[in-house]
Amino acid sequence: MAPALSALLRREGQLALRRRGELLTPLCFFALVVGLFPLGIGPEAALLRTVAPGVLWVAALLASLLALPRLFESDHADGTLEHLLLAPQPLATLVAAKVAAHWLLCGLPLVLLAPLLGLQFGLPGDVLATLCASLLLGTPVLSLLGALAASLTLGTRGGSVLLALLMLPLCVPVLVFGAGAVQAQAQGQDPTAHLQLLGALQAAGWALAPWGSAAALRLSLD
Amino acid sequence: MDSPTTAMPAHPATFPPPAALRGSLLRHASPQHFHALAGRLLPWAWMLAAVLLAAGLALGFLVAPADHQQGEAYRIIFLHVPTAWIAMLAYVAMAFWGAVGLAWNTRLSFLLMRALAPTGAACAFLNLWTGALWGQSTWGTWWVWDARLTSMLLLFFLYAGFLALTASIDDPQRGDRAGAVLALAGVVNVPVIYFSVQWWNTLHQGASITPRGTSVAPGMLWALLLSSLGLWAYAVGAVLSRARCLVLERERHAAWARRLPEVAR
Repeated sequence: MAPALSALLRREGQLALRRRGELLTPLCFFALVVGLFPLGIGPEAALLRTVAPGVLWVAALLASLLALPRLFESDHADGTLEHLLLAPQPLATLVAAKVAAHWLLCGLPLVLLAPLLGLQFGLPGDVLATLCASLLLGTPVLSLLGALAASLTLGTRGGSVLLALLMLPLCVPVLVFGAGAVQAQAQGQDPTAHLQLLGALQAAGWALAPWGSAAALRLSLD
Repeated sequence: MDSPTTAMPAHPATFPPPAALRGSLLRHASPQHFHALAGRLLPWAWMLAAVLLAAGLALGFLVAPADHQQGEAYRIIFLHVPTAWIAMLAYVAMAFWGAVGLAWNTRLSFLLMRALAPTGAACAFLNLWTGALWGQSTWGTWWVWDARLTSMLLLFFLYAGFLALTASIDDPQRGDRAGAVLALAGVVNVPVIYFSVQWWNTLHQGASITPRGTSVAPGMLWALLLSSLGLWAYAVGAVLSRARCLVLERERHAAWARRLPEVAR
């Protein structure tokens, strides 16, 4: 099991590093969307500081949508997916490894970029730390739910818009607890409860989402 | 791949239930039996819906006393509350039939699942609409970002996603199964969404009818009960007739379906 998973992780990393541009697109999108808000609602520092947690979280959610259609598409096109299905390892585990690789390549950079964007909104240090912690706990759930939506929409006519329609309502709890943690810290309250709930969501996500995603992938190759 | 279509001929000629199933409820899982049974049940469902809705709404709009705080505007609850119940339970029923279909490969369960979605979506929409009308006269605003309103809106989007996904997949079997997986993912999420949103913000009045008793005048309660049962009968009728159409669409090449007057024509 372990060699197969590490081989899969290595392969995803290698493929991604050969197309570095695609890794940067969601990051640019994240920074750009966050930058649009001050332009839309005005440069008043106090107002921006209040809306910053929500803005950063919503932008991270949208940016994590961008890379999802590619998660299974090229594997589907070149037949890799069929090999994964035929592999002796359970498909759900392989899907979990793919999601982990996807998060390392697309989710983690968002987490690392977020404090920089938070600084632009004048967030203090402890709030930035909570922002990072909440994104660190929350973005893997976004990748997991995204993998489920991506495998359901694989090869359908709806494409990426349909993917967004399926995924966004399911992401609401992550957004509520993630932005809630940052907001609580900004108001001087304890964000622990929010972070613990995010952790619980992530645990439940790892347990359940790969199964659903594997079932959906089997359908697309029927 | 373990395809469901290989296990079963795509267009079975006739489908007599095995002897073991005769007399058991399971024989209605055959599309042919279901089609006939639903056809017999439909007039009853429509009649019950008409009678109960007429009685409930007449009682609610003409007889029940005006609310001492909300005046006449509260009367929208005779539609508002039942649509909320139907919208929520229809999603659970959809996920239930999806799970049954995935587990036992029964074609009819998927058809029931598909038939439930438009009714549930319509009820969620009606619920939001009547809620907005009520909110305008009572709270003075069409919409507030309150927990219940927001979670109903999200439920509506879950229905929309289900309908969009099943519509975008041409292969009926794949559409069935993808829809079932999505409905199950949704139903696992619905309580989480509900509680997260509830924590986020709550303004909506609490439930007036709870297992521990009610805080509603008896006239209102009867009106609410009758109109709920009436809307349930309507929902059952709508779902059954939609499921019958789906059965005929799928089985139109089967011998039993071709003998039906509406197909033969």
